Amino acid sequence: MKKICIIGNGVAGITAARHIRKQKSASEYSITVISAETEYFYARTALMYIYMGHMTFEHTKPYEDGFWKKNDIALVRDYVRQVDISNKRLRLQQGEEMPYDILIIATGSKSHRVGWTGEDLQGVQGMITIQDIERMEENTRHIQRAVIVGGGLIGVEMAECLHSRQIPVTFLVREEEYWHNVLPLEEAKMASRHIRGHGIDLRTGAGLKEIKGNAQKRVQAVVTTAGEEIPCQMVGITIGVTPQIDFLKESAIETDRGVLVNAFLETNVPDVYAVGDCAQHRQAPEGRKNVEQIWYSARMQGETVAQTICGYKTRYVPGVFFNSAKLFDIEYQVYGTVHPQPTEEEEHFYWEHQGGEKSVRVVFEKETRSVLGFNLMGIRYKQAVCDRWIKEKASIMHVMEHLQEANFDPEFFRHYEKEIVARFNQQYPDRAVKLKQKKSLVATLLGW
Amino acid sequence: MNTHTTHLIRSVGLLLFILGFGFFIAVFFLSGYQLTDDVLKQELQEENQSDQAPNAAGQETSDNTEESFMPKSMYTIVQEEAEEMLGKVYAFNFSFIRDFSDVIDRSNQQIRGIYGITSDEMEQMVQTLAEENNLAYTAEAAGAVFADDTVGRFKRKMLQDYTGWLEGKQFDNPDNLRSQLAGTVASINRDVTQQKGIGRYEQKGVKTAVVKAATIGFVKDRQWLVFIISYGVTILGALLYLLPRLYVHPGIKNNHIFHSSLKHRGWLGMMLGTFLIVFYVILYFYPYYMTNWILVVDPISQWLNGGPAGEFFLYGFLYTLCILVMGIRMILNYRHSNYHIIRTISVIFFQTAFAFLIPEILVRLNYPYYDFKNIWPLDYDFFFPGSLSQLIESGGLGIFMLGWGIVLIVLAVPILVYFLGKRWYCSWVCGCGGLAETLGDPYRQLSDKSLRAWQVERYLVHGVLVFAVLMTIGMIYTFFTGSGSLLGIPTYSVAEVYGFFIGAGFAGVIGTGFYPLMGNRVWCRFGCPLAAYLGIVQRFKSRFRITTNGGQCISCGNCSTYCEMGIDVRWYAQRGQNIVRASCVGCGVCASVCPRGVLKLENAEEKGRFGKPILIGNDSVRVDQ
Repeated sequence: MKKICIIGNGVAGITAARHIRKQKSASEYSITVISAETEYFYARTALMYIYMGHMTFEHTKPYEDGFWKKNDIALVRDYVRQVDISNKRLRLQQGEEMPYDILIIATGSKSHRVGWTGEDLQGVQGMITIQDIERMEENTRHIQRAVIVGGGLIGVEMAECLHSRQIPVTFLVREEEYWHNVLPLEEAKMASRHIRGHGIDLRTGAGLKEIKGNAQKRVQAVVTTAGEEIPCQMVGITIGVTPQIDFLKESAIETDRGVLVNAFLETNVPDVYAVGDCAQHRQAPEGRKNVEQIWYSARMQGETVAQTICGYKTRYVPGVFFNSAKLFDIEYQVYGTVHPQPTEEEEHFYWEHQGGEKSVRVVFEKETRSVLGFNLMGIRYKQAVCDRWIKEKASIMHVMEHLQEANFDPEFFRHYEKEIVARFNQQYPDRAVKLKQKKSLVATLLGW
Repeated sequence: MNTHTTHLIRSVGLLLFILGFGFFIAVFFLSGYQLTDDVLKQELQEENQSDQAPNAAGQETSDNTEESFMPKSMYTIVQEEAEEMLGKVYAFNFSFIRDFSDVIDRSNQQIRGIYGITSDEMEQMVQTLAEENNLAYTAEAAGAVFADDTVGRFKRKMLQDYTGWLEGKQFDNPDNLRSQLAGTVASINRDVTQQKGIGRYEQKGVKTAVVKAATIGFVKDRQWLVFIISYGVTILGALLYLLPRLYVHPGIKNNHIFHSSLKHRGWLGMMLGTFLIVFYVILYFYPYYMTNWILVVDPISQWLNGGPAGEFFLYGFLYTLCILVMGIRMILNYRHSNYHIIRTISVIFFQTAFAFLIPEILVRLNYPYYDFKNIWPLDYDFFFPGSLSQLIESGGLGIFMLGWGIVLIVLAVPILVYFLGKRWYCSWVCGCGGLAETLGDPYRQLSDKSLRAWQVERYLVHGVLVFAVLMTIGMIYTFFTGSGSLLGIPTYSVAEVYGFFIGAGFAGVIGTGFYPLMGNRVWCRFGCPLAAYLGIVQRFKSRFRITTNGGQCISCGNCSTYCEMGIDVRWYAQRGQNIVRASCVGCGVCASVCPRGVLKLENAEEKGRFGKPILIGNDSVRVDQ
């Protein structure tokens, strides 16, 4: 019997555990998952909903508590201080030593910090763990204003959280529009508009200089790079996340920003793997970053490493990129590669609804006209269809003609494909296409 | 409008609502009661006439002249027994009802004295049978001991009805005969009040009518004023509280639901649950306590169907109002989704038109009360002999209603579920569903999602379906054969048990009373036999499913949390599998609360409907298309 230890009970580690168990019984492989954060696996993606009262912590657990015992997956609540590679042992905080045969490092991320003055004051925090949510409950009690620094997805989630409690929020974003380092300009503008529409004081092109505290070492104001002092009692730092690998410093496991892994998610040490946010790919998979801190990527890596460990050596090939989010009330989806600025070789077709809360962007190669990516705001597209078009290098004309195939909006929602294609034909009269009309309402209803 | 103004409007609305609703509650206690002779005459003479009609015809009147003894009418007896009560003013319905219940008991006692078979008479029967019939029992011989007057004839008839199984039986000795007869006579004497007195089933109605008619004071004198305050102010308050939502950006706003005492089993939720449970218990079992509420909607009833309101008119009225006002809330809250808007308008329409107005108008036109969208076995008494005879006797329209009801069961359910899923009924048409989707919407997150709850659900809901089918078979058998016993099981008793435990207890008291405790679909999920039937079709032969969009699920749990049927939607979604479950009512809220737009309700080709649980991810999604 081999003993598998997994450090971290996030989605990467848990997916690995589940997929190993699917293939190997407890008599072949024992599985132990160690986490300092929580006893049971929960969906970190739902943290904001706990604070906002949409759910309780219990609801965020994807499996009932009895599930783990039933599947012979041992859960240990402890913190791993050191990995002793030569003896294949883990040193745990509570003094115990735990032997392993195979180790999976899936420790995830921690809040990125850049060493601002005052960043250790009380009331300054990120939003990554359940403890952060508990801290946020404390930090936002009876406060007059909060400042959030850094315009990514966690930033906007935190803004929505505070907004749900009617706490005025100033949101400092370095880019010229919200998340413009990822979103193309039009979508970034839409997002900025929408965020401001909810009463958030969004400051673009603004950064943090320092955080000021009072005598009790509580935050009392921030000073922006422009020199403005904004009084506030809570500061959210959401400038990104960084792999949580401090405990590996003294080990022989090679690290850089994250734990360095090859295409099989193997580290330089035999029988030690790393997956998820904490892993850094020596060579980034095609069209991907070498550290990709996304729920979906972590899940895929967990699944892939399980195959390898169970004897089916499998290369991590994440395939066509996809991601999604919700910015207050606007849903966002991306498939394939969408750069914030069109590159030399690509062209962007963009349609925006007059209401300013829906848009479709299709990125395609200038030369071959084959599609590279979709960026969607307020409209849902099918992943399977977009994925297929991108993989098969379908032409932009084919995509436009068959656009209705991709639509995933709920029944009775208005469809905009006609408008979109009309816009396309107007922009590219030489490539004009005719939209393949889908069935009548009755036929759609009946599913014919 | 700024937040300050909306906050003010909401506060005023809440205040008005609390005042109006508080007044509504107060009305329950607000009247005095005084029993008068007129009240008794009005409520009991009608009763008695209709009661005596079948055996009063023909022979009785012709014989009347010879009779030395005229039995007293029920009215006379009650009037005698109620002497102490007459004219006395009661401040509370509790004491009035207690005294009047005693009056009824004593009157029934008198009836037993008049119409019951005495021990002397029984002794005579034994003697007669022994001497003249060689200890062989025949009803004719035994019945000869009774006098040839109204009372005697009644006794003879009862004896005949109750001893059919004894007819012709030969006894060895008088003691055996006596003990057999004693049992039968005891049941006859027990049941005499059903026929001649105020029977068990009648009592609720008589008491309600008498208490209502005996009411004096404010509520009775100012019905309209009370109506306007208890309904108008409450509704106005509710609307003022709700309408400012128009100034909030459309979208899912489930903020603070789990911080709310009302919506997360806090003290407010417990209080509301208690109120609802008490309301249903009174409605079904002790309606005579809620006569003040009934009185207030009397004018509406008069206007609609030409008659006074009963407890079920009040209930229908309240039910429709709740669906209407809370339907407006639903539309405001989900106004970004046409699916919810249309679906909510649909349930409002079917409740208002089909469940409330049309049946009342039918009654006014002297047709049977009929809800064209209610389907057996939810409509569990559809095949009761009484209902069947009523429909058949009502001519063309009645026959049409009967045919319509059967077409709904055998054609509409399977065909529509095949094309649309069970949602066409459960969350678009059904009254129980309509209430759950409107009044119950704030409680959908309280449903139990555990595997254990699912196991209980499957046994329970299909068990009720089996029970309903067996009970109905018995009723249809009784209708055609006239026999109240099938395979030795008394069919009416089975139906009575069903009506008490399932029809009233489960569907009403638990179904709605438990909204704030166990979510808004307790009845639909664990008890509704029609939902079970629709669900079996949906599970095995339907084009409906909830499609999962590839590998996009982030396992957050919003879908499962807000599934009113307690389906662990996430379990399927996070492995990229479509959701096909018998219980899914297609409310569409899982798809709305999903922050990543992963779910879509749709009717599509049956092939590949379930979807395979895919290993999500590596080298792109692998989805069966």
